[in-house]
Amino acid sequence: MAFGSFLSSEDKRGLTLVSLPFLYAVILLAIPVGAVILFSFWTQDFMTIDTTFTMNNYREIWSEPIYGSLLKRSVLVSGLVTVVTVLAAFPIAYYISFHLDPKQKSLWLFLITIPFWTSYLIRVFLWKVILGYNGVVNTGLIELGIITEPLTFILYNVNAVIITLAHAYAPFAILPIFVALEKIDRSLLEASQDLGEGKVVTFFRVTLPLAMPGVVAALVIVSIPTIGDYVTPELMGGAGGKLIASMIQTQFLQLSNAPLGAALALVAMATIMAAMFVIYAQLKLLGFIIMTFSSGRGFLELGFLCFSAVLLQALMALTIFGIWNASLGGTATFFAGVLAYSAVILSLTGKKRG
Amino acid sequence: MRLSGLGIYALFYLVFLYAPIVLLPIFAFNDATIIAFPLTGFTTHWFAELLTNKALHAAVLNSLQIAATAAIMATLLGMCAARAGAQHSFPGKGAIIGFIMLPLVLPEIIIAVSLLVILVQILGLQLSNWTVIAAHVLICTPFSIAILNGAFANLDPSLEEAGLDLGETRWSAFRLITLPLVMPGIVSSLLISFTISLDEFIIAFFLTGSNPTMPVYIWSLNKDFDALPVVMALGTILVALSITLLTIAEYFRRRGLARTGLKDTGGFL
Repeated sequence: MAFGSFLSSEDKRGLTLVSLPFLYAVILLAIPVGAVILFSFWTQDFMTIDTTFTMNNYREIWSEPIYGSLLKRSVLVSGLVTVVTVLAAFPIAYYISFHLDPKQKSLWLFLITIPFWTSYLIRVFLWKVILGYNGVVNTGLIELGIITEPLTFILYNVNAVIITLAHAYAPFAILPIFVALEKIDRSLLEASQDLGEGKVVTFFRVTLPLAMPGVVAALVIVSIPTIGDYVTPELMGGAGGKLIASMIQTQFLQLSNAPLGAALALVAMATIMAAMFVIYAQLKLLGFIIMTFSSGRGFLELGFLCFSAVLLQALMALTIFGIWNASLGGTATFFAGVLAYSAVILSLTGKKRG
Repeated sequence: MRLSGLGIYALFYLVFLYAPIVLLPIFAFNDATIIAFPLTGFTTHWFAELLTNKALHAAVLNSLQIAATAAIMATLLGMCAARAGAQHSFPGKGAIIGFIMLPLVLPEIIIAVSLLVILVQILGLQLSNWTVIAAHVLICTPFSIAILNGAFANLDPSLEEAGLDLGETRWSAFRLITLPLVMPGIVSSLLISFTISLDEFIIAFFLTGSNPTMPVYIWSLNKDFDALPVVMALGTILVALSITLLTIAEYFRRRGLARTGLKDTGGFL
């Protein structure tokens, strides 16, 4: 092949080696996902699939309130789980990376990963036992005389889903942050302190910005799988805590409406990726404000950045307000605004850095 | 150990992480059908019941077969990708490897749904153990690559070149020199992939044929409260098994690092 002559034999060997797993991923991932996209534009009537192209599934998701509210709840829960998990994980990653000597580090990492490798289903069953009406938390608190009636807000609702998911995804948040913290050159911290900065300022100006790639990775790794989680909402959520995955499962395996299920899965994925994009832009902006503020230059620039941040927050608030009032149109409009604004901010901050 | 505020927080965090796992054996040996405190007495009855449950045995056997096959296939694919990624350079490397690693961050339900669509709705195939294996290989390969990347990256390529210069063929040089050096990584990858496949529920739930896997069987007991203590007993055995396998995997990973003379940076990922 003419193409082959451009590659060295070294390159060719690498490509040959990687082609096997790559082809596997193409056949079992790219093609099936492509098929799902195609499928979502078809319709199903009992067992027969109608292959005429139609937007009907997407129109139905848009117009039936049940899908909209499930989707919004899923994004909200996934977002809350992500924030809670990452906030709780950061101090742990920091502790392991900065406060322990190297020999203890791998032991701690091992300890943190072990619960993750034990059966997810059984762990969720046990959270039910812990948080239940006669559960460990309630009997323990009653025994201690702290409460007299069992707490009911911790099982079969969204809180229970969040606790369980935060537990399940803990290592996914700790490990990327830990890796980012480990990469930080410790002499930078010394330099900062030699130049007269306190520990807190050093943390915010040196450690935190350098750990950001890890935090962003943690946000992505936690948020995307949690929006598709089925087991936890189904077992812990009760009637009011079901998420989008339950509906996808119902459409596929019970209602035999696979095209609608496919469209739902795609919409869920697209929504969470858009939400992550907004969060990423926010973090970028925050980092820029901290850097500009602490370098003490350009009040105009600082003012502009703060104004952007406030505006973005306001748009976010309006989006959440839309979610609250169950108005899908409002939510979508404000969310589109947030998305567009995030894109503008990212392109601006990107330019400034360069 | 000096306990700072952060250290106390870390200890509480560990308690949070281990709370479900510590409770598991407690209820597995508790002499009551209701899973709640206070405990009533010690029994091994639930474990004995495990021995007589035929449906469970079939599910466990099924899962073991699926997990073993998936682990071997994922590790083979992982070896190809990790070796190519760590020792070769070729155009589009980042994108290709990134694409293979994608199942790591995709929700499992998306993988399950997309495979169900293509296999059943479009190709009209029957679901069987092989459909579950195919999907499990897909999700285990990224883990395998992550583990083996370390093994291959730490390898000195001049060792294999020396073998080639001394007259070995490419294959025998790989088998005699590289393979023994990355063997700890391979063992560790096999064990991790096996554990992932054994525990995986949602994909198996969508793609399983007439024979349920073990997690699918456990799921079917969800509404059956009388079966819960038996599930606890099963869970205890599974957790003990997982911890044993992981400890072995960690041992091999460290030995692999020691063999290539590298410092331990910890962690599988």
